[in-house]
Amino acid sequence: MTDLLAIGTRKGLWLARSDDDRRTWTVDGPHLLAQEVAAVCVDTRGDRPRVLAGIQYGHWGPTVMWSDDLGATWNETDEGAIRFPEGTGDALARVWQLRPDSADRPDVVWAGCEPHSLWRSTDGGRSFELVRGLHDHPHRKTWEPGGGGGAVHTVVPDPASDRVTIAMSTGGVYVSEDGGDNWEPRNRGITVTFGPDPLPEYGQCVHKVAVDAGGPQRMYAQNHFGVFRTDDGGGSWNSIAEGLPADFGFPIVSSPTTPGAAWVIPLVADMQRVPPGGRLRVHRTRDAGESWTEFGAGLPDNAWTAVMRDAMCADDRDPTGIYFGTRDGCVYASADEGETFTLVADHLPDVLSVRAVRLP
Amino acid sequence: MSVQVVLPGVLADLAGGSKHLDVEPPGPTLADLLDELASRHPLLGRRIRDETGQVRRFVNVYVDGDDVRFGEGLATTVRDGAEVQVLPSVAGG
Repeated sequence: MTDLLAIGTRKGLWLARSDDDRRTWTVDGPHLLAQEVAAVCVDTRGDRPRVLAGIQYGHWGPTVMWSDDLGATWNETDEGAIRFPEGTGDALARVWQLRPDSADRPDVVWAGCEPHSLWRSTDGGRSFELVRGLHDHPHRKTWEPGGGGGAVHTVVPDPASDRVTIAMSTGGVYVSEDGGDNWEPRNRGITVTFGPDPLPEYGQCVHKVAVDAGGPQRMYAQNHFGVFRTDDGGGSWNSIAEGLPADFGFPIVSSPTTPGAAWVIPLVADMQRVPPGGRLRVHRTRDAGESWTEFGAGLPDNAWTAVMRDAMCADDRDPTGIYFGTRDGCVYASADEGETFTLVADHLPDVLSVRAVRLP
Repeated sequence: MSVQVVLPGVLADLAGGSKHLDVEPPGPTLADLLDELASRHPLLGRRIRDETGQVRRFVNVYVDGDDVRFGEGLATTVRDGAEVQVLPSVAGG
């Protein structure tokens, strides 16, 4: 069996493979050289694994490309997979998130994009349709761009219902219970430090949201200052940052199989955005944020870098594998729930997105 | 009316490998020319302009040597026999 780690960077895509139960990795690439890959996913629901990449082709614009042969050849539609409809006045700036839906919806893929927009594909990612319910939401005109741009960067479809949860910088968390037709903000308790109201209805800069393995009502959020948990589907959020050396960061990852397990990589902020003291460390909770444990075996000191919001992921193995890449082009993998890491690759361009799957 | 379009190498692959294309636009403006180019080569058209029809930020288009961004833009008149050059701007890192 092969474990595959897709690594999207500012200048291309690399694919790392492990055939020895995640102990050693062989890195293949670059693919899509000179193209920014801010979003990547590997869809294993079909006959063959499909790698989908949200690319920004230098001067020539963004789109979604796909490969059904693990990067040997790449495809894109002539028209562009994601195009704002005429009359919207908008143009796609960047694909921030590509998320296959559940096995019960085999051709459905979601995309979160800049400017703030959500898209749904029913043909495996070849083409996407704008989710009008979000685009026409009256709040939309007041969502402001964060430092990286105004985008839907997190899409979490619930496999057991029509609920879809998204997160935006800025905008915060929004939830639809009907597959995308209607949306409401669910940010109560998530704080804002960059506006006069510390607890607005919406407008938060939520960096990432992850759903607990125990069920969709429990979610975790890494905020622009603050780490939070909800136990009621976003109805209210409470801080779980106590015990962390810093409450700023970009990614938060949950285990797909172990309830209560989640990981963050704290950064000192606001201006520095580097690991505390330059020590690159992963913090894990096994009790849904009630306590955190720091792990650093295999990780460097004097690492004045950062980890972007989609540059960290978990696999669905047991024990859960944890993977992340840094802005200085290093990629680390752990096969023991983040307790020890091995270096998969270094000297790559800035790592923007990683996704790990076991190939069928 | 015929116009010669000159492409950089990275875009020529999207037009059958040729860096020089003879195009007969249906109207007198640069927008008409780019519409015709996109109808013949959709991927090429998408590299040059976004879905609103605007020339992408880091793409420069010159009509007979003049950067249209500092002139009439897509409304620039393209004469019979003109040379229209598409170039990537100075950007990146």
